Amino acid sequence: MEHTTSGENIIELRNISRTFEDGFRVVEDFNLTIKRGEFVTFLGPSGCGKTTTLRMIAGFDKPTEGELLLNGKDIRDLPPNKRPINTVFQRYALFPHLNVFDNIAFGLKLKKLAKAEIVKKVKKALEMVDLEGFEDRTIGTLSGGQQQRIAIARAIVNEPQILLLDEPLGALDLKMRKEMQLELKSMHQKLGITFIYVTHDQEEALTMSDKIVVMSEGKIQQTGTPEDIYNEPKNAFVADFIGESNIFSGIMTGKYRVRFCGAEFVCVDDVEHGTMIDAVVRPEDVIITPPAEGTIKGRVTSVIFKGVHYEITVQSGKNEIVVQSTKKAEEGSEVGIMIEPEGIHIMLAEDVVNRIETGLNKDYSLQFLNGALTCDLTELFPNASYNSDGVLTDAHGDTIDAETVRIIVSIKPECIEMSDDKEAGLLCGHIINLIYKGDHYSYVVRTDEDEDFIVDDEYLWNMDDYVSLIIPKESVEYAVKK
Amino acid sequence: MQLRNKSRFGLSRAQLSLPYGLFLVCFVLAPLFVIIYYAFTNGEGKVTLDNLLGFLENPKTTGTLLYSLGIAVVTTSVCLLLAYPIAYILARTKYRHKSVVLMLFIMPMWINFTLRITALKEILTIIEGNLSFHPFLNTVIGMTYDFLPFMILPIYTTLLKLDKSLLEASSDLGADALQTFLKVTLPLSVPGIISGIFMVFLPSMTNYVVLDMLYNSTYIMGSLIGAYFAAYDWHGGSMISLVLLMIILVFTLFTNRYADEDAGNGRGGGVVSR
Repeated sequence: MEHTTSGENIIELRNISRTFEDGFRVVEDFNLTIKRGEFVTFLGPSGCGKTTTLRMIAGFDKPTEGELLLNGKDIRDLPPNKRPINTVFQRYALFPHLNVFDNIAFGLKLKKLAKAEIVKKVKKALEMVDLEGFEDRTIGTLSGGQQQRIAIARAIVNEPQILLLDEPLGALDLKMRKEMQLELKSMHQKLGITFIYVTHDQEEALTMSDKIVVMSEGKIQQTGTPEDIYNEPKNAFVADFIGESNIFSGIMTGKYRVRFCGAEFVCVDDVEHGTMIDAVVRPEDVIITPPAEGTIKGRVTSVIFKGVHYEITVQSGKNEIVVQSTKKAEEGSEVGIMIEPEGIHIMLAEDVVNRIETGLNKDYSLQFLNGALTCDLTELFPNASYNSDGVLTDAHGDTIDAETVRIIVSIKPECIEMSDDKEAGLLCGHIINLIYKGDHYSYVVRTDEDEDFIVDDEYLWNMDDYVSLIIPKESVEYAVKK
Repeated sequence: MQLRNKSRFGLSRAQLSLPYGLFLVCFVLAPLFVIIYYAFTNGEGKVTLDNLLGFLENPKTTGTLLYSLGIAVVTTSVCLLLAYPIAYILARTKYRHKSVVLMLFIMPMWINFTLRITALKEILTIIEGNLSFHPFLNTVIGMTYDFLPFMILPIYTTLLKLDKSLLEASSDLGADALQTFLKVTLPLSVPGIISGIFMVFLPSMTNYVVLDMLYNSTYIMGSLIGAYFAAYDWHGGSMISLVLLMIILVFTLFTNRYADEDAGNGRGGGVVSR
């Protein structure tokens, strides 16, 4: 193995972006530094760009922008066969025409190693994955778990500097998966090489990684240790994706004081008074008390036994709170709810206004929605007026050119209403994301024009539902882009 | 998938296979027995090996056999050399209208066979002047022209179905493009190649229409059998047919075993015989 370059960073991704031929941006401005010997996991839902990022590191895909540094050298143009990186593929990709020995020896033979050395190394790799004596077996006779192990052996036998694993346990059953998680972890410690692991399973990521990179829609949402990610999620997406959580919209009411669910709580985060926030409370941090002793009161609406604990749902006013407790509560009973300051994690509320930038047509109507929304331009430009030819002029009588003006249209999420009547609204689209925020759901609707709208609605819709968006004209605000 | 004993229509497997069973008996098994009977009897109906000896001792018949084999081997090789690169490029290209290009190669099959050969004959006559100067070459050209699509299609299908992640795995493990082709793509396309060889080799030993139409005076196995039957020597003709059948059988067994060993667990196109 080559470890000639000093420095503890083995790979650096700088401003990496990848745009597909059809214009779809899979990965956007990805920045990440990975240290030698780290176990890093890319975690995110399918389609978040994690596999594409891995493929760029392996060399199967090329970044459209940015730098990819291995030991400080740019490897953008280096083909996969020249990189000291090996991959364990999602569906193993073992060669069906070769037996186990020849599969594992594939890379070694290409390096023209001596026969005896190849035999020795293959034997050692098979020991590493607990499949001693499997040399002569054909691939077709192996179980899924065994194929998985051979795929790992085939990669590590080449002593790569980085091992890439693309959802390698996805095809295994639960018990086998748990076993392999621990084995991979100990293998990582034994080999001492860098592992980059891709998964959509948050539990897997929390179990195995030194560092987790949470991704959504091609962007990094948060990078940190499993503890960081779990305890201090940076935004609602991360909180919702990692473990179960209650997310409430709230406002800071003072130093270490926050108001949500209609009551004031003490918290440990110092955020400026008056800031809109999202409060994340893990179900295990919610304490059920007698009604009089709780900060808020509520009624138990369901109790489900989950083995180690009960999952109790409490309705408090318009908010629904999920609680995990080892003590049972009676369904329908009145309870109090208390949350310790350490159990409340404050996240700054995300950009909760939909802003759309649009141009003007020649007749000064908005290009956005093809003129369905009208804005009075004379109010946006001081002392502007239309002259006799219908041309807009500013205070000095100079013409304002429609082509150069950009207008920002702002619509608040709570002003938009969703309907399943396609004709009812101005826009139609699919729900691509939803997060429960205690007393309402926050949806992301991707319209047919490929624009994303955040919509708040108290009713539950399903992912992928096709809805039309009703935007009341009076709720829309306009501004001129400077 | 396991077949249930009764199909959806309430018919058993035996009942459903009855029509083809009848066809099999009437048009495959019965004629085969007739051929075997004729091959091992003489004019008086006595069992004899004279027909076989007659075939083996006659330099004209054995010569024709060798000549046919030569034609078939050369035709198959030429077809393979032409078809593989085309199939490879077609299967690998990201060009959106590749099915159109593929159709261009397949389209000659839609035109009447005799018409195609007649056209070819005219072209060859213009080039060569007298066709009888190059009988072997003309036959190979004619047959290649006729059978090429049968070589392209199975190889193309096999290559198209090839798991792309295997190629990525090969590259990931350090193989360059040529090494990946030799160590992964080529071995995994063997089932398609064998399929193609079957589709071309066997007909090119027997399809004497090509020879006849190209004014060819040489004989291949097909024309030899035809000549025997035309001369009412049913016993000799049957024996030659039987010898050809045995050659094909041995060839099939050999290639099937090779395909099994090499193609592993049934990836790619299976062996199709015509």
